[in-house]
Amino acid sequence: MKSWLTTTDHKRIGLLYFWTAFGFFLIGGLEALIIRAQLIKPDGGLGVSAETFNQLFTMHGTTMVFLALMPLSAAFFNFIIPLQIGARDVAFPRLNAFSYWVFLLGGLFLNASFLAGPLFGADRLSVAPDAGWFGYANLTSRQFSPGPNVDFWLLGLQILGIASLAAGFNFIVTILNMRAPGMRMLRLPVFTWMTLVTQFLIITAFPVITVALVLLMFDRFFGTHFFVPQGGGDPILWQHLFWMFGHPEVYILILPAMGVISEVLPTFSRKPLFGYTVVVYSGVVIAFLGWSVWSHHMFSSGLGPIADSVFAGTTMLIAIPTGVKIFNWIGTLWGGQIRFTTSMLFALGFIAMFIIGGLSGVSHASAPADLQQTDTYYVVAHIHYVLFGGTILGLFAGMYYWWPKMTGRMLSETLGKLHFWLTIIGMNLAFFPMHFSGLLGMPRRIYTYSSELGVSRFNELSTIGAFIIGIATLVFFWNLLRTRWQPITAPNNPWGGSTLEWAIPSPPPVYNFTVIPTVASRMPLWRTERHAPMTPLPEQPPAPIHVPGGSWWPMITATGLPIMAIGAISRTLPIVFVGVAVLVVGIYRWAFEPFEM
Amino acid sequence: MRYDTQEHAAAVAHGHASFMGLDNRKMAFWAFIGSECLLFGSLISTYLVYKGRSLTGPFPHEILNIPFTSFSTFDLLMSSLAMVLALAAVQRGDMKQGKIWLFVTALLGLVFLGGQYWEFSHFVREGLGLTTNLFGSTFFVLTGTHGAHVTVGVIWLLTLWVQALRGKLGPANAMTVEITGLYWHFVDVVWIVIFTVVYLIQ
Repeated sequence: MKSWLTTTDHKRIGLLYFWTAFGFFLIGGLEALIIRAQLIKPDGGLGVSAETFNQLFTMHGTTMVFLALMPLSAAFFNFIIPLQIGARDVAFPRLNAFSYWVFLLGGLFLNASFLAGPLFGADRLSVAPDAGWFGYANLTSRQFSPGPNVDFWLLGLQILGIASLAAGFNFIVTILNMRAPGMRMLRLPVFTWMTLVTQFLIITAFPVITVALVLLMFDRFFGTHFFVPQGGGDPILWQHLFWMFGHPEVYILILPAMGVISEVLPTFSRKPLFGYTVVVYSGVVIAFLGWSVWSHHMFSSGLGPIADSVFAGTTMLIAIPTGVKIFNWIGTLWGGQIRFTTSMLFALGFIAMFIIGGLSGVSHASAPADLQQTDTYYVVAHIHYVLFGGTILGLFAGMYYWWPKMTGRMLSETLGKLHFWLTIIGMNLAFFPMHFSGLLGMPRRIYTYSSELGVSRFNELSTIGAFIIGIATLVFFWNLLRTRWQPITAPNNPWGGSTLEWAIPSPPPVYNFTVIPTVASRMPLWRTERHAPMTPLPEQPPAPIHVPGGSWWPMITATGLPIMAIGAISRTLPIVFVGVAVLVVGIYRWAFEPFEM
Repeated sequence: MRYDTQEHAAAVAHGHASFMGLDNRKMAFWAFIGSECLLFGSLISTYLVYKGRSLTGPFPHEILNIPFTSFSTFDLLMSSLAMVLALAAVQRGDMKQGKIWLFVTALLGLVFLGGQYWEFSHFVREGLGLTTNLFGSTFFVLTGTHGAHVTVGVIWLLTLWVQALRGKLGPANAMTVEITGLYWHFVDVVWIVIFTVVYLIQ
């Protein structure tokens, strides 16, 4: 227990990230199932009130984006990146632990809102955030949302932003500076490359939402008028600030999954990735363009024809590097010795589903078409094809691929295939009909609809599909759990992968590499035309390897942040000061702690 | 690709890896500064978007005191000079000078904060509060965020100064002082932008 609370080992932190994020993924999924059960028939199938429904879709979106998908990617960043670059740990092990604890506590703070009602003189399930995952002004103003709902949201997201920022600095330095000798930039595995690009997006996008949330906090707590029209403020400014963060965020969510499948496809095609450099540069171009398209989320807010045209153009441009990647993945498959493992199936599923989501995305890029689609279920269909069909399928591919490395135990391929087919059938049944219900005029975020709208059958299908996804996820959960009772039997390289993480035992020893390898090619474990495979590393380290011990201070420092948030939300200044004191003491003890790298 | 292989491998084995030849902490700090640019960029953009859109006074030209703030700006610029001298002294191992200049840097930072305190309370007396109008809100949040950064910097510098007094800061910690300096200069540069945008171009 103590060793987990104080751990600074990137592999343990990776597993902590995985299980925590998976827990939040189940919570977010449960919220989705309640939403779908309510929408199974006109006028509500479950009797959920409008107020509760608002909380459910807000927390579903917020949870999935910030508490499930980002940290599931982070689980792989933590576990896999140091192994892929041939390092013993990340650059700042204690900062890494700090990121995890801040993420966990921020997530708990956000979700505590479901139970906190009685503390505010309200019922349970009545003070959770309820203004949508992008919290548009002026729904979030004190005037229209007097309760603590939005306070939970804006404080929770500020906490989570700190976790992401700290991890961002850490992984940028890790990837650039901790590479094994010979691991030049264009020898980095594509997953590492996409992680690097993602971290740059994180450290540039999160400050923007931090400012937006701080301004909103001033509006709600101190009576300023940043987003309040009565005081001259402009609600559209919120939209700009939010989407300046929000669109890079979309690529923060998808690029790691693209990195995962760029590892999985070559391994199971037994071929090098087709056009490695082009795939890498496309990722970089996507990140740059990702900063120039934010206003396509705002076509309906009346920006004028010039702004609309420019943002429509940049949005269509971004389809080019994305399409380049897709063709490179297909080129990788061409002529390969394909093995249809579960991981490979999920990677192929990613390509197919992401193409559908990408195409509906291009249709939003056209401003006149978007005006028909905006705020309808068509957009909900799009976001789920890219984030579920894209990110989640990509992450599942990564889980089946790296689980043996992370735990030393193999997942069942039979259960895995069942999981895959249920997921792919369920998601298409759930999300494909949403294109139609949206175009027929069903708005998003409504808790009931009339039978006269003609979307009842589509909603019924969507709900059935959602429950099939739910069953699929339980199959996956069972598959994970049953590995706990297995002996550790996964070989070093169960799939015949080409990158450094497969050169060491599964699970890796605490020091990762007995000897830091010297890298001479992009695929060090494969025989290529020009390079022989790397010589195997010795089984035992030639000399004792010093591994830094754990530290309590990252966790203790992290608790200062939710304490401050609790003080703010309960309007109790002394509690805020306690939080600040914990933070300051924690930072000082951390800074002066003897901790050898 | 054998350029620094052996030496580097030895460094890696001892956990002092640095593929780019740049200290880990320094690189992280440059990334942090990049991130901070976006933070201040967003705040300054907000200020500019709301410029001239206050519904009631006091308005900027009625209240901003350029000569006084020019003095504060000069003070902060001089603190950057003191910071440079502090780092140079620590790097050459002259801890006597190092202590003096670290303290002078912190002191000049405190003078700046004192000026900001006087300015803020003067504005409030003149009727410009945080919630008076958009100018008040954007002004106080922008300059207040900067002031919070200066405060952190002063505490950081005083911590180093106390470490130096206790004889625990020497040339071996020059990198720590250098990173403190990076932060301090960055905060200074941000102020120059704020001074220009808020005070000089009204």
